[in-house]
Amino acid sequence: MNEILSLVHNVVDWGMSMLMELGAPDLIMAGIFYALAGVAVLSALGVVLMRNVVHSALMLTASFIGVGCLYIYMDASFMGAVQFLVYGGAVAILIVMAVMLTRRPDMAHSNPSRGIISQIGAAIVAGIFCCVMAFVALLSPFRVSLADGQILGDSVTGIADLMLAKYVLPFEVAAVLLLIAMIGAIILAKRNPKEADEL
Amino acid sequence: MMLDILHPFEIGFFDIMNFAVHVGLPHFLLLSAVLFAIGLFGLMTKRGIIPALMSIELMLNSVNINLVAFNRYMPMQDYAGQLMAVFAIAVGACEVAVGVALAFRIYSDRKTVNIDDLNSMKG
Repeated sequence: MNEILSLVHNVVDWGMSMLMELGAPDLIMAGIFYALAGVAVLSALGVVLMRNVVHSALMLTASFIGVGCLYIYMDASFMGAVQFLVYGGAVAILIVMAVMLTRRPDMAHSNPSRGIISQIGAAIVAGIFCCVMAFVALLSPFRVSLADGQILGDSVTGIADLMLAKYVLPFEVAAVLLLIAMIGAIILAKRNPKEADEL
Repeated sequence: MMLDILHPFEIGFFDIMNFAVHVGLPHFLLLSAVLFAIGLFGLMTKRGIIPALMSIELMLNSVNINLVAFNRYMPMQDYAGQLMAVFAIAVGACEVAVGVALAFRIYSDRKTVNIDDLNSMKG
């Protein structure tokens, strides 16, 4: 019995050392990255290609969540939480409400696209843009990660220190901007009382 | 972990696999370029206001990926990149709120959400 157990131990140790030699941590991290990136990109394609606008909204939420998981992959856990709360929560709800409040006669074809010629043109433009950006990314000095694995400390503490000390003016301006946007949205969405009387 | 794309015929299978396995800054830049291109395609092809807003949100997201990736994979002293992404998210939230309010208003005034039908400035 002991011989069999030690044999199993040896096999497992050999397998683990082989995996470590082959770079298993890198492989696992790469697998996680490609899974999350696949979720984000395929959901984004779904947003663009779905025929039903409700399905598009759900796909958009999936894409936001994939991007948020990528933030957490990049050790930016605070950004991930903000992405989940603001995009996955608030923006998704806003867009679903907008879909709900603007009714259409036929929901199954509620997300129409332009004609095939316009689609081909748009695909060419977007493809050229993507290729140019890819070439720039692979030619520029950014093709190597200079500081892979740098430790900057706690993300929340670091962002709070910056936001409330060095960048306090942009922080206040962002607060004012949010207030103005809220008031403006209410005024825009509210129906004019004179027109309401006429209707 | 870099591809010498100026000499594409010298890139071997091993180089490509090595590039693919070691995830770094260029992977996130490529992902962000793809997401931005998808959003651009949607913005140019969609006829409705709300699908166009969704495409704009996709493009905003890809920009935020870039900011966070530069903060993570470039030598930085602090979290300024992530803070910039937080501000970008705040501005994006404002933009989508105002855009949705405009969509409501246009729908209640003109009974349409088709961009092509909105061809007159005078209500």
